[in-house]
Amino acid sequence: MARYAMAIDPKRCVGCADCVVACQTENNVPVGYCRDWIVEELTGQYPSLELEIRTERCNHCSDAPCVRSCPTGASHYEENGIVLVTHNECIGCKACIASCPYDARYVHPEGYVDKCTFCIHRVEEGMNPACVEVCPTHAFVFGDTDDPNSEISKTLRSRKSKTLIPEAGTEPNIFYLL
Amino acid sequence: MKEITITSGRMNPGIDPVLHAWGWEIPLYLFIGGLAAGILFFSAYFFLKGKGEKFRASIQIGPMFVPPLLAIGLLALFLDLSHKLYFWRLYTTIHLESPMSWGAWTLMLIFPLSLAWALSFVSDVFPQHECKFPAMGRFMNWLQNYRTFMAWALILLSIVLGMYTGILLSAFNARPFWNTSILGPLFLVSGLSTGTAFLMLLSKDKDERRHLSQIDMILIGIELFLIIHMFMGFLASTQVHIDAAQLFLGGPYTAVFWTFVVTLGLVFPLITEFMELRGYHIPPSIPATFILIGGLILRFIVVDAGQTSRWLYKFME
Amino acid sequence: MKSKVKRREFIKILGAGTGGMMVGTKLIHAFPKIDSSKQFIESGDEVTPTYCEICFWKCAGWVHKKDGKPWKITGNPKDQNSNGRFCPRGTGGIGMYTDTDRLKTPLIREEKNGKQVFRKASWDEALDLIARRLTEIKGKWGPECVALFTHGSGGSYFKNLIKAFGSHNIAAPSYAQCRGPRAEAYLLTYGEGVGSPERTDIRNAKCLVLIGSHIGENMHNGQVQEFSELHANGGTVITVDPRFSTAASKSKYWLPIKPATDLALMLAWIHVIIYEELYDKEYVKKYTYGFEELKKAVKNNTPEWAYPITTIKPHIIRETAREMAKQAPATIIHPGRHVTWYGDDTQRVRAGAILNALLGSWGRRGGFFAPAKAHAKKPSIPKYPKVSKTWKDAFPDQFPLANLALSSGICDATIPSADKSCNFKAWIVYGTNLPVTLPQPEKTLKAIQSLEFLVAIDIMPAEITGWADVVLPECTYLERYDDLRISQGRKPSIALRAPAFEPKHQTKPAYWMARELAVRLGLADYFPMKTIEEYLEYRLKSIGSSLEEMKKLGVKEFDEDHELYFLNGEEYEFGTPTGKIELYSTTLEEAGFDPIPKYTHHEEPPEGYYRLLYGRAPMHSFGRTINNPNLNDLMDQNEVWINPKVAKEWNIKNGEMVRLENQDGVVSHSIKAKVTERIRHDAIYMVHGFGRMQKKLTRAYNKGADDQQMITRVKLDPIMGGTGMRVNFVTFRKEVA
Repeated sequence: MARYAMAIDPKRCVGCADCVVACQTENNVPVGYCRDWIVEELTGQYPSLELEIRTERCNHCSDAPCVRSCPTGASHYEENGIVLVTHNECIGCKACIASCPYDARYVHPEGYVDKCTFCIHRVEEGMNPACVEVCPTHAFVFGDTDDPNSEISKTLRSRKSKTLIPEAGTEPNIFYLL
Repeated sequence: MKEITITSGRMNPGIDPVLHAWGWEIPLYLFIGGLAAGILFFSAYFFLKGKGEKFRASIQIGPMFVPPLLAIGLLALFLDLSHKLYFWRLYTTIHLESPMSWGAWTLMLIFPLSLAWALSFVSDVFPQHECKFPAMGRFMNWLQNYRTFMAWALILLSIVLGMYTGILLSAFNARPFWNTSILGPLFLVSGLSTGTAFLMLLSKDKDERRHLSQIDMILIGIELFLIIHMFMGFLASTQVHIDAAQLFLGGPYTAVFWTFVVTLGLVFPLITEFMELRGYHIPPSIPATFILIGGLILRFIVVDAGQTSRWLYKFME
Repeated sequence: MKSKVKRREFIKILGAGTGGMMVGTKLIHAFPKIDSSKQFIESGDEVTPTYCEICFWKCAGWVHKKDGKPWKITGNPKDQNSNGRFCPRGTGGIGMYTDTDRLKTPLIREEKNGKQVFRKASWDEALDLIARRLTEIKGKWGPECVALFTHGSGGSYFKNLIKAFGSHNIAAPSYAQCRGPRAEAYLLTYGEGVGSPERTDIRNAKCLVLIGSHIGENMHNGQVQEFSELHANGGTVITVDPRFSTAASKSKYWLPIKPATDLALMLAWIHVIIYEELYDKEYVKKYTYGFEELKKAVKNNTPEWAYPITTIKPHIIRETAREMAKQAPATIIHPGRHVTWYGDDTQRVRAGAILNALLGSWGRRGGFFAPAKAHAKKPSIPKYPKVSKTWKDAFPDQFPLANLALSSGICDATIPSADKSCNFKAWIVYGTNLPVTLPQPEKTLKAIQSLEFLVAIDIMPAEITGWADVVLPECTYLERYDDLRISQGRKPSIALRAPAFEPKHQTKPAYWMARELAVRLGLADYFPMKTIEEYLEYRLKSIGSSLEEMKKLGVKEFDEDHELYFLNGEEYEFGTPTGKIELYSTTLEEAGFDPIPKYTHHEEPPEGYYRLLYGRAPMHSFGRTINNPNLNDLMDQNEVWINPKVAKEWNIKNGEMVRLENQDGVVSHSIKAKVTERIRHDAIYMVHGFGRMQKKLTRAYNKGADDQQMITRVKLDPIMGGTGMRVNFVTFRKEVA
């Protein structure tokens, strides 16, 4: 069984937010909402500055607090590790929203809780998620970490990476290349 | 120096610029849960201690308010749900890792039990009342045979309920301010305290009031200890927890918390209760009311501040 | 001469949105598990080829429909401009179609109870009126008194129309307000331009020098892709910018130059490269003209000379010059795109062109390649009538080297004055929002007030439409055919735009409008094809394709023996008077300008004032996209970047709303302060296109500040008439709550 993960190269990313709008149109995310977003983190003082540009989204954590906090099991892991919300099991209690240290979830106007799905509908068809596919600067690598020959496995072996808030103990599956 | 900015205009309703997914419903629900737990606990406790005749307010009258209170609490919870039609999904699963789930189940158990407990006292509280349905009357009389069993069950469940109101929040590692094991005991003790305050308001018996007041003073003392302990814990922890504590130590919640919750909701009632015990004439409704209001504000502030505290993007106002 | 035109009142476009189509999916709440977005797998995906109209890059891609409803736009992998990956604006293009604020019907200005209002009109009525008024004006003043402003694909039909009508006064703000100096500087130096998309071979470059060019914030798609690739592969990027731009953050060297001193730095670079003998000697000898003169001219332009001017340390100037030379000829001094800054812009860009020549990068791998272009025949049309005068007659002896009409010049010549011999009486404005696009907006409005007739063709109720006598609503690029996209690139190619949707409301494509007008003006011969399909079919046939084929392919590349790198010792005749790369420009000498760029000192902001710098955000195309719901979601207002030290002086906090006041006392709309280390202390920065005051642009209205409003003065480039716009200084006005 596949185990999906994403590696993102902040060096390549110019922060254009194409991934955000591609996700919005691909998944019909309503205007005013987003499942992914861009963060710019600047360190230093003029004129010695460093800028890290990150595209962020649900980390599809291996130890996902949202799945643990969900009272109905609507938030769950798919066999391939992707964390999903089953719309018609979600009661909208928002416990998962409060439990997510990445603020990756929101209440869809139709009432259920929504977030990044790693474009599972595309991934299961052998395609990349929309954000990965659209990125003009090829800042993403997406794939199956169970397959040692996949591009993602190779990338994560050959380059150092970090995850966001590792101390929260969620074991994210999105890796930022250093 | 760090400048952190979300540059793609993220403005998810309820999430940005800071989390505000929960409004008034959840704190009210938590407050009522704690209050109900307090009433039930002391009702059962005094009953088991054989204070049946003397402590009428605590044992018999108080519980009458619990089922409607719990109904209001559940209604608040229901109103908070954004996908209401699927409410019933709560009861198709038991998910012990989810405080929401076991809270729902606890309420599922305690609600009928509190109703039965209250019904078993109807004939004591309303002796003139003639039940129109004889079957109902027989049922209520039948319930009286199980009071001891119910009392023991209530002691257990009310502690679970009281703890739950705090653990619901403290289970969220993602919100540094909630992320403390003290929140469970704190909310339990605060719930018990609001319970005693509520019973004080009902009680006409001097001895009962005095007894409640003494218990309450101990509870307030524990509460103050827990609050101090909680902040010390935060300050000794990681930077995000220190930042969370700072919300109350100079940050936006400082004034409202230390004034309304600590001073007016705890210290002031403690002093007035103490003075009353010393013989000063102070109507017991004064400390009781302040405790109840303080307890309510505590829930609101903790729910709100917890949502404000975060690991990421702390730059945002 | 006094104009009898009644003063125009600005009219807000009437007719509230009739709740356009909702694109949201409706999930069926049935009991089988529904996981987010799994619903998209089964249903059909229908695609139509297009090329993007949101910016001039014109990437080719596909418009997807799901169950007949608009869904998304993706890139065509065969397209050289995008390599199959659209930028955020292109991806968000669908929002242009769904925007409920769009113009819906033709509108005619009329007076009602002493108030000017727009009345909805039929197409026949509006077109008849335009034809009648144009004919009247032609009779009274001559056809040359009609000018066309244009930007975008549909403009070509109106160009054809107005030339047939008898006027050659066709202006695009993209010349005098943007890349005009670049066009002329490269023409003067190399006898040919850089073109668009630029012929820069960044993909194979090892060193890229950006001078105020913020690639990454401007999403010139293919170029951004190659830039990021270069950086990721360890290539050297040298960025000269007073601001720590995205590009600067990806640079090995960031040179936070004092604004308006770039030319000094470039002359110092030339000095180092010549005097340290780092230049490509063979190349310079074989292909260039005037090296000795150049050497003599820059003798004193040492890094030490440049240091106090630019604040860039001499050793950094040397180090960067050596790095450029080390990687040459795979070094590109990027020519930039928007280069109308300080009024000596042609000279500054020429300094870059000279550097490229010294490094031998023109015509070499990793430098500038020879662009290829496909050729498709157009149906033949009658000769255009001869014109007796053009806009240039209004400016005798000025801007001798301007090869295209100046938008600002036509604007000037529209305002009646004693010394202008050509006054414009009517404007046709296609897709250019002049009050926001041109500097000195007051002057623009003054010109508009002097007109007898103004037609605006637009998709959105842009500000310009509020001043028009007739407004024609165009459909979006997703609802129409347009001419083939034949852009330059590494290989010749064509791309088709076909309509994915029926035009919404009563909107119409530009081809139809222009032809209908031509018919009414008796100029139908200039539009020999009744429909654009026939026109496209004709052109496609001439190049061995067809509409049917192109609808399937979207993009077609042509195999052609094309030498990308043509200056590896080959003989070559440049299109300059000397036939060489003119380091020393004989044309400039003849016209009385400096044949070799010279540094001139520009005015500096007075105490308490800061130079106003402006630029782009990756999710917006100037002001055109601010109201697009998808793109507005990404950025709905601009911010003013302020150095923390400056902010402290003015007691401005991050996120606070402030107003700016420029040297002429003009006060901006309120704008959010972004207090950041990313900018120098002597300048402030904001993204262009915001601060819109047209209420009918419901999302854009009153959000952020308009830089153009603050640009009340310009410095004209004497060579070609470009309007240098970075010569305005602003101070702060704290917002009163």
